[in-house]
Order: sequence, then C-alpha cells, then structure tokens
Amino acid sequence: MIDLDDIDRALLRALARDATQSAGTLGRHLGLSQPATWRRMRKLEGAGVLKGRHLRLNAEALGFGVTVFLGVKLATKGRVSLEDFERAVSAIPEVQRVEHVLGLYDYRLRVVARDLPDFERVLRRRIMTLPGVGEVEANVLLSEERRTGPIG
Amino acid sequence: MLDDFDRRVLRHWQSDPSLSPAELAERCASTSGKVARRITRMQETGIIEGICAVIDWAALGYSVEVSLRVTLDKTQPRAFDDFIAAARDVPEVTEIQTFLGRVDVRLNIIARDMPHYQDIYRRRILTLPHIADIEALMQIAQIKAEEALPL
Repeated sequence: MIDLDDIDRALLRALARDATQSAGTLGRHLGLSQPATWRRMRKLEGAGVLKGRHLRLNAEALGFGVTVFLGVKLATKGRVSLEDFERAVSAIPEVQRVEHVLGLYDYRLRVVARDLPDFERVLRRRIMTLPGVGEVEANVLLSEERRTGPIG
Repeated sequence: MLDDFDRRVLRHWQSDPSLSPAELAERCASTSGKVARRITRMQETGIIEGICAVIDWAALGYSVEVSLRVTLDKTQPRAFDDFIAAARDVPEVTEIQTFLGRVDVRLNIIARDMPHYQDIYRRRILTLPHIADIEALMQIAQIKAEEALPL
C-alpha cells in the first residue's frame, strides 16, 4: 500500500476530473516542475492507484434516457453455477455494471435503456431469461452524483 | 446528429480511452484529422463530457465497499435535500443516487476494513437526517465495471 501526501491527493483529484491534462499543466497548478509531476504520476500508476481512464459520455444525448439499478437473487443456489450466471449477464450490452454482493440480493446490476419500453424488453428477454435468475427488484435512477471520495 | 462514423469513434474510444487521436484513427480506418474534428464536435455538443482517471481505492487501502440502500421519512418535506446535503460531508461516500422505486437514495461507501466501516456506519451514516430504513449490500467482487454504453 502507498502513502499519499497532500500533493499526491491534489494530483489525484485533478486527474479524476480530467485525465488528459499534461504533467506541465498539472505541475503549474500544484507548484511543481513538469518532471517532478511526471514522476508522481508514474509512482501512482506503478502502485496501481491510477488504474486507467474512463470516457465520460452523456448517456441522454446518445439516446439512453433510462438507467435502472437491479437487485437480483438467484433462484436455485447450489444448482446453478455462479460463473454461468456471471458470464451470461456480463455479455448483455445494456448491462453496464455487475457486482457480486452479500445481503438481500446476490447481484447488483446497472442497466441502461433507450426508454421504459426498451428497458422492459431488456428485462423480459435478457435478464429474466438468465440461468438461475430469481427475484428481481428494479429502481429507476432519477439523479446521480459522483464524489471525489477520501482524497479531498 | 450522430452518424455511424461518430458511433464507431465512440465505440473504439470507449473500449480504450488511452488511445491517441492517431491510434483511434487507425482503428476506425480513417485519418487523425477527421477523427479529431468529430471528437471536437462531440465535445462541443456535450456528447463527450471528458476523460477522467479511474482510482483504484483498494490500492489506497480501501478494501471494503458497501452499497447502502436508504428509505427516507417522506413525511419530512426536506427529507431528500437534508439527507443528501449531509451525506456529501462524509468523505467515504463515493456515489449518491436517487431513485423511483422501493429505494429512495443509494450511497456507495468505501472503508479500509470492517472496524473502519463500522465506525463510519455508526458515527456518520446512522446520524444522517430523516432515515426511515437502511439495507446494506456488501460487495464481494466486481464482475463488470466499465460502464460502457451499448453504441
């Protein structure tokens, strides 16, 4: 595990907002030279803290007006292989996230669709037909904010 | 409006956001000038919001991730506003979502270990205003996490 100082945290906050900034630009804001900033970025990458980039797209502008979070219970635990379920659910293009969880449900899914009829199609034809799927609870996303987390 | 070429650019870029315009052009069998123009236009129209770095919280020692599903006391007219404003002050909250359904609000929480989680839960979460009920889903594994759009 890596120990961060205040400059590392400021660097992470800046990159989490915009990962395309150059070491020179970032360094100017942080009061560091370009090589010193670059070394810190390499250190954070090497420690696995920066694990990649994400292209943020406006889902609504691209015609995806509905996002639904699903809680899924498996109906026949022990008889259905978790791997089979996970492989099949991950292959559905509209399923953006799959998490294996402990609690009221077995899996937590994030699903996008064009509108509610499109979501109903995905739910009936793709989700409800998954191997071993049991009870499903749907909550339609109204608003969402991502926070910086404990590097503030 | 987007055409098939725009969508092709987004598909390739989405699957590997570290690609340069030149590499992106190669995958799209086009020129970097054409790809760069399309990207600029999609940034201007707000379709592309940006590229952000993904932080691996586990590498920073946060090995526990919990999804808290909260039901609020809706007899309080300011329940949502008060709850969300107070939740923003908890540094370990990484996501706040509101829903139409059985769950009102979801908080994504990260913690270093179980004692740390218990401390956050007791001191910072249970003290948030207007909570009627909380259910916790503890994450065991992330199976798919790219949050890509099916373009």
